[in-house]
Amino acid sequence: MPRVIGVDIPNNKRLEISLTYIFGVGKTTSLKVCKALNLDPGMKAQDLTEEEITSLASHIQKTYPVEGQLRRTIAGNIGRLRDIGCYRGMRHRRGLPVRGQRTRTNARTRKGPKKTVAGKKSVKGMK
Amino acid sequence: MGRSIKKGPFVDPKLAKKVAAMGAGRSPIKTWARRSTIPPDFIGHTFMVHNGKQHIKVNVTEDMVGHKLGEFSATRTFRGHTNKKEGQKKGR
Repeated sequence: MPRVIGVDIPNNKRLEISLTYIFGVGKTTSLKVCKALNLDPGMKAQDLTEEEITSLASHIQKTYPVEGQLRRTIAGNIGRLRDIGCYRGMRHRRGLPVRGQRTRTNARTRKGPKKTVAGKKSVKGMK
Repeated sequence: MGRSIKKGPFVDPKLAKKVAAMGAGRSPIKTWARRSTIPPDFIGHTFMVHNGKQHIKVNVTEDMVGHKLGEFSATRTFRGHTNKKEGQKKGR
């Protein structure tokens, strides 16, 4: 299997899909990359030549923030919000939704698995 | 949704005037203008931002530029749910 950018090992899927296994590359970026390098997005990733792999890697790394670098940027942005003590930072610290979603119900992605509280009425009961 | 670039950021005009008049003064400015964006010239000043009940002290640092004053003055108090065993609010 070809390796593009460090540990990313896209398998024998179509190239456009394979590239999305890189953190920071989605379908749109993937197609743009294919176009820029004149590669057929439909070709299998295993059919890539050595040169093509190197050119892919260098092109992607030059053009887009990707993998570790992107992760660091994101963590840095969140860290900044935490440090300045603003509302959004508070929400990050508390592990609650940041963008004003409701928390009476749902919000399970941020809050994690349900912690049942004895005696708490269900949402239906509260209406 | 961001604000239109054409309009520029909203900075409370009265507050901006007060800051400008103060220069590099140190005394905190009491304000209710939570909706005011923090421009770079607010850096180093201290504001007392109203949260609906009291004025919360906010020291403006460089990182805060572009945020609104209100983001730094929480309007809600939530200290966790009551503990069943103790049956009283957990203090903070």
